[in-house]
Amino acid sequence: MTEHAREQAALLLARVSREHYGRIVALLARRFSDVHLADDAMQDALVQAAEAWPRDGAPDNPAAWLYTVARNHAIDLLRRDEVRRRRLASVAPELLLASEPEEVPAMIDDEAYGPAGSDDDERLRLLLLCCHPALDRDAQVALTLRLVGGLTTPEIAAAFLVPEATMAQRIVRAKRKIRDAGIPLSIPADLSSRVSALLTVLYLVFNEGYLARSDFGALDRVDLAEEAIRLTRVAVDLLPDEPEAAALLAIELYAHSRRETRADGAGDLVLLADQDRSRWDGRLISAGDQALGAALRQGRPGVYQVEALIASQHAHARVAADTDWPRIVTLYDQLLAMTGSPVVALNRALAIAMADGPGAGLAALDRITGLDGYHLFHAGRAELLLRAGRISEARAAFARSLELVANPAERRHLERRLRTVAPTAE
Amino acid sequence: MQYMFLIHTDESVAPSPGTPEFDAWLGGWVAYNQSLVAGGNWIDGGSLTPAATATTVRIGSQPAIVDGPFSEAKEQFGGFYLIEAADLDEALALAARIPLAEASVEVRPVAARALGV
Repeated sequence: MTEHAREQAALLLARVSREHYGRIVALLARRFSDVHLADDAMQDALVQAAEAWPRDGAPDNPAAWLYTVARNHAIDLLRRDEVRRRRLASVAPELLLASEPEEVPAMIDDEAYGPAGSDDDERLRLLLLCCHPALDRDAQVALTLRLVGGLTTPEIAAAFLVPEATMAQRIVRAKRKIRDAGIPLSIPADLSSRVSALLTVLYLVFNEGYLARSDFGALDRVDLAEEAIRLTRVAVDLLPDEPEAAALLAIELYAHSRRETRADGAGDLVLLADQDRSRWDGRLISAGDQALGAALRQGRPGVYQVEALIASQHAHARVAADTDWPRIVTLYDQLLAMTGSPVVALNRALAIAMADGPGAGLAALDRITGLDGYHLFHAGRAELLLRAGRISEARAAFARSLELVANPAERRHLERRLRTVAPTAE
Repeated sequence: MQYMFLIHTDESVAPSPGTPEFDAWLGGWVAYNQSLVAGGNWIDGGSLTPAATATTVRIGSQPAIVDGPFSEAKEQFGGFYLIEAADLDEALALAARIPLAEASVEVRPVAARALGV
């Protein structure tokens, strides 16, 4: 095989793995009632593919090949376990676990690896399992990316800037808890609270990627924003009756349409009002419109739908001055009534300032409690004070937000702003 | 699978015997226990006397007997159930129905049970 063909085989494996990992693990997990086993077997299959494909050429149906090989590995792993169990049973029966199954599950003869869509229930079960409330948030995020997204442990570790060993341990611990605590692969009767946990995880992954973009010099990192969009599309396909899933997809698409304009050449933050809107990605905005439209047509409002409507207002203002701020204030009123969140109240106050002037904005802002430790509260307040001509108060508020900020690009931005109101400017 | 519910509560809020609140409280437990039996989940269960009656035996290089419970937390271990459930979701749903206004119920799978000799 030529070098070129070998490279092609490796690229194909990376693509097929990313696209089919979740489906194959979902099918195996269902068949063997064991997610841990399914993931281990899939990992073995990928190792085997990495050796075989470049050597022998890629199979005609790579996904079916991976499925069959992974299934055979799963059976091997089970047989090995069964031998170990029988040996234990004969020498020390009192050590047998109360909950250990008596028999290896029946080996069902396989139908071929089916077409996309034929296994939606299995994939939904796996997705919901990854976001089970008995797992902590970090574990939910890692498992979703690994088991459904097909990312490797090193990729996930790098994306979240944690050591690979830490991430590997987190994933193994979560998979063990699923097995040992008996967390089921099922579609719960109370689907809505589980869907809400799932959407929270996907939004968190997206935001992690969204913020990381301004942290330049990380080019080899997996783009978590794109992974989140890919996984949210999967969730939308699997949950067609959940308008909030489609609305989250819309939020992500609108935000991602601005990815090229959110930072300048030096990696510094460019605010929404100052971005070059001609470089916003029109295709993503249209896709966002489509997702939002599908959500709204179901006639069941929700928090993500209102957030998406606000994002859509920004996405469709050709220049910043065209933004319909009174409409945005109304949407924030709705969002605040739904959530009671002080962060929403902050954004509402900033929108009021745009619609009715800094005095009205400051009045709304000063009624908010509970955000004293949030850098954007003080940064927002500083901007409004500046516009109201209250320079020394603005300076103090910028200084306070600088004490609290963590993200380096945001820090540089705030430092620049503080310099513009330095004492010499008065 | 077998799960144990380890029930932790603030002992000071339990009603006193002889009051109508106590009767209602007891009725809640009886109904809950009956529902576990009816659902095929019941294996065992029981409540403990207050933590003030506890004595802790420390085993180790310096064994000791100490007056009082292992933990000084406000919520004390006060009762348990051993139940059979298909999976964690069923166990969590059963635990959530424990008839207490405020409590923390730790749900743990049973790894092995000693054989009766």
